Amino acid sequence: MSYWRGVMAMVAKDVLAELRSKEALSAMLLFALMVAVTFNLALELRVDNVLQIAPGLMWVAFAFAGVLGLNRSFAAEQECACIEGLMLTPVDRSAVYIAKCISNTLFMLAAEALFLPVFSALFRVPVWSPALWFIVLLGTVGFASAGTLFAAVAMNSRAREILLPLLLLPIVVPVLTAATRSTAQILDGQSLAQYAPWLRLLLAFDIISVVIAVLSFEYVIEE
Amino acid sequence: MAQRHNDLLQTLVALTAVLVVISLYTVFVVAPTEQTMGHVQRIFYYHVASAWVGFLAFLVACVGGLLFLANRSLLWDTVSAASVEIGLLFSVIALVQGSLWARPVWNTWWTWDPRLTTTLVMCLYYSATMMLRQLGGSEERSARVGAVLSIVGFVNVPIVFLAIRMWRTIHPVVFTTAGFAVAPRMLLALLASLLAFTALYACLLWMRIRVTQLARDISRLRHGLTSRRTL
Repeated sequence: MSYWRGVMAMVAKDVLAELRSKEALSAMLLFALMVAVTFNLALELRVDNVLQIAPGLMWVAFAFAGVLGLNRSFAAEQECACIEGLMLTPVDRSAVYIAKCISNTLFMLAAEALFLPVFSALFRVPVWSPALWFIVLLGTVGFASAGTLFAAVAMNSRAREILLPLLLLPIVVPVLTAATRSTAQILDGQSLAQYAPWLRLLLAFDIISVVIAVLSFEYVIEE
Repeated sequence: MAQRHNDLLQTLVALTAVLVVISLYTVFVVAPTEQTMGHVQRIFYYHVASAWVGFLAFLVACVGGLLFLANRSLLWDTVSAASVEIGLLFSVIALVQGSLWARPVWNTWWTWDPRLTTTLVMCLYYSATMMLRQLGGSEERSARVGAVLSIVGFVNVPIVFLAIRMWRTIHPVVFTTAGFAVAPRMLLALLASLLAFTALYACLLWMRIRVTQLARDISRLRHGLTSRRTL
């Protein structure tokens, strides 16, 4: 019980800090939009090919923006030596991971929720679909759960900002593949039975990723 | 002790040399020339052997990482780090050999097939972990983090493969449950090169571990010297 109280307290702290500064959220949103604009210019999106390109564009924007947010999540703790405070919290180390993972997921989801309407308007892609939101949720959980572990891994190295994407993107290849494919199938109007295999892959990745991260997090931050 | 290790290593190197010669003989003399592909098919024997060593090395790195986290002996970290380096080397060799073979046979250097893509992703990931080791803080910390990364990386490989295989594959399948899809004399050449490369891997791993240990000894000695000088 006190485990989850600790987790919730840490999440509340992160959310409060983010609500006051809006640092990660605005950076992620702006960057995602910039990726969308860049892609539009680079790939010559037209009405007849938008459904083929839009899913990939959407997930590349999410992934790149997510890396930005994840880099902030531990960097902000380090700047004012708050990470020591977190380590001294009288809870299991995995609670720190779970809390960071939840807040990173929340921030990414918030940025994605703001991004999607703009994306829909810019590219005329219909995003008003609960199935699509579910895929976005699963994909974001997978990305943030692996990403939080790697953000902690990269935290103390000299080239933090460079190392996080280099380590994280190869690991989340399954998430990006499955999310992009199923997004394309949903936009294409296919039924659940057709994209169910991708859904299962996303779910499996989310579970494996959280389990491995919870088990290994204490080794990463033990000082 | 050191002398006995040296003798053992020399025996292993000699054995590897003999195995390599045998494998060269079986690959170029014993194995028949493939009907449609011709001589270029002979890359196959070393291609499979390199890919196998790459995979084995990443497995050893993962096990080394687990053992390091379990009993915190720096030796296991040295094994894990050395194995990552060798695995990366052989995976890149396998990719290059595959490209050389694919150009005449598939009429392209590269295709986004599951095995190719998975190997490439694996190479990129392990390169990043090596970068992290070079940039990351203390020896103890980089050992811990390196262990976690080698475990996570290895667990992830099958998932990456599965994800990409959901598209169609054109990579030839040699090992199936129905037996080997090659002629017996070709199989002999393949087994000879697998054996030779595995022995080569053992030599390289052993030498790499020794180099790391010597480097550690030297830095300790140097540290001792400088601290004595300041006294």
